Amino acid sequence: MTSLSMPVEDQSTKQVRLSSSRRRQNRQTVEAYLFLLPYILFMLAFGLGPGIYAFLISFADFSTGVPRYFAAGIKNYLTVFKDQRFNFTFTNIGEFLLISVPVGIALVVLLALLLHMRPGRVASTLRTLYFIPGAAVGPAVVLLVIFMLTPSVSPFGFLLKSIGLGAFNDIITPASLPFIFLIMGFFVGAGMWIVIQYGALEGISTEVMEAATMDGCNEWQKALYIKLPLIQPYIIYQFILIFAGNVQLFVEPQLLGNQTYIHANVPLVWSPNQLAYSFAFDLGNFGASAALALIMLIIGLGASYLMVRWTGFFNMD
Amino acid sequence: MLTRWFKKSVGSIGIFGSILRWAVLLIFAIYFVVPIFWLLLAPSKDTAQFSSLNPLAFGSLGQYFTVWKNVLIYQNGEVSLWFGNSLYYGLFSLFVSLVLCIPAGYILAIRRFPGRSLILWLTLITMLLPTSALVLPTFMELNLVHLVNTPWAVILPACFFPFGAYLAYIYYKTSLPLELIDAARVDGANEFNIFIRIALPLAKPLLGLLAFISFNANWNNYFGPYVMLNDDRLFTLPVGIQTILGSTSALEPGFNPTPGAIHFGYSEAAVAGLILIVPVVIIFLLSQRYVISGAFTGSVKE
Repeated sequence: MTSLSMPVEDQSTKQVRLSSSRRRQNRQTVEAYLFLLPYILFMLAFGLGPGIYAFLISFADFSTGVPRYFAAGIKNYLTVFKDQRFNFTFTNIGEFLLISVPVGIALVVLLALLLHMRPGRVASTLRTLYFIPGAAVGPAVVLLVIFMLTPSVSPFGFLLKSIGLGAFNDIITPASLPFIFLIMGFFVGAGMWIVIQYGALEGISTEVMEAATMDGCNEWQKALYIKLPLIQPYIIYQFILIFAGNVQLFVEPQLLGNQTYIHANVPLVWSPNQLAYSFAFDLGNFGASAALALIMLIIGLGASYLMVRWTGFFNMD
Repeated sequence: MLTRWFKKSVGSIGIFGSILRWAVLLIFAIYFVVPIFWLLLAPSKDTAQFSSLNPLAFGSLGQYFTVWKNVLIYQNGEVSLWFGNSLYYGLFSLFVSLVLCIPAGYILAIRRFPGRSLILWLTLITMLLPTSALVLPTFMELNLVHLVNTPWAVILPACFFPFGAYLAYIYYKTSLPLELIDAARVDGANEFNIFIRIALPLAKPLLGLLAFISFNANWNNYFGPYVMLNDDRLFTLPVGIQTILGSTSALEPGFNPTPGAIHFGYSEAAVAGLILIVPVVIIFLLSQRYVISGAFTGSVKE
């Protein structure tokens, strides 16, 4: 203890002060953890626990019916890598990401910039309209997309027919699936992101914008050379979150593939998360399922780690 | 008058630019709104009218009511049962998640103690992790403790709501005056009393926002309940409706229904879609201000 080197007469009083302040600090720490206890328990159970348990299972052997932990070595991982659907699903998701991430971000930023050229009642009404489909998720979107892409009933039917797509099966094909999932995802998610990017644009200081006007910038130049660079951190934020979310694609291909009507054109297992699901529920191989789920989890964790580190958005001090 | 209007609306955008801007904005308005509008009209038509009438025409009011009734009595009213399940699971998780995350966010905002930054880090990481990344691992964990295929398998994971804890943390950090707490402490109030009497009432605007986000996320969750539940009496609305759509060939043209049974066709499928969407749209429109500020709070630099 540092008090050893203190002058003798000071030592006792110092120690009393020190220990009483330490006692206070300890009490405060205990109190803080009492407030946090329920939250931490749920975090352990449903935030960290699943990952840790999946890690254990991914090395477990199930051949005897009861899991024997660490008995399988990396066998489960090899099963995943050797499965021919592994390459198929990762190629699919790669294609989907390559299309959906840049197109999604470009359109959201374009719409936010266009709206922000003339802020006012019209802009905010349009923003609300763009936002409404956010209420439709999962089965509702799949249902809507099926109707919208059936030329005979769709309000867009005349458009589809005019480009030579007369039947549903011309439209939903294995090659078009990444675009179909993009259309669904953008329909549901774009509104929220437009609101976020619009908010970022509103945060740009008025002095900067006034200076640009004085220098004779028109609205397009302002959008391109001033606003766009200034909202760059938000674009990075969107990039990482969209990437992390889209990698985990499950519901849309699962529902589209299970719809008897269009079965033929949609592979039953299209995305990596579906493959992980299929390992567990079609093949009963929980080890392999956990191994793949863990790989997907690590991709997600990596993205959120970068998010916190790179964007500096999150206040933690 | 006209020139002034012209100047105001075109200004430094330019005529050509203005036309372009409007064209793009309207095309996207059509993309976002027309499908929902179509869905609202769809139950008024019978299956033949879907292709014979204009897609945006209204069939008849009588048909609208018949179709709604068909859906509500389908399989002894399972749809309303699922609606109730969704409501029950959603509200239960909502309540517990608020009880957990508001005190947590509060204490993280006002105190410094060992382990605090670790908890904040874990909160951020789990909040940014897409929920679907955890579904299968959570299933395996719950399977271990035999909670799969019970309501708890849906309710408990949803009670962990790190986004809520983070928002509460940011909220208290920016809007709770520390002097107020110190004053209360001098007056002899203990920590728990301070939280209940001062911090909680201050959180009213926050409660609305968190309630919206949490309930909405639970209502719309498909992957989770789909994996966790087998028993159709326990299904949530999205999972239940999907089983109907998948098993009845509702979307298959020319499908011949069993005589006497209710045919689940195009119009019924449309109603099912509406039952999923409309409650959320209503909540959206009512709480738009909260939602828009909330969409932003998660990302805004403080």
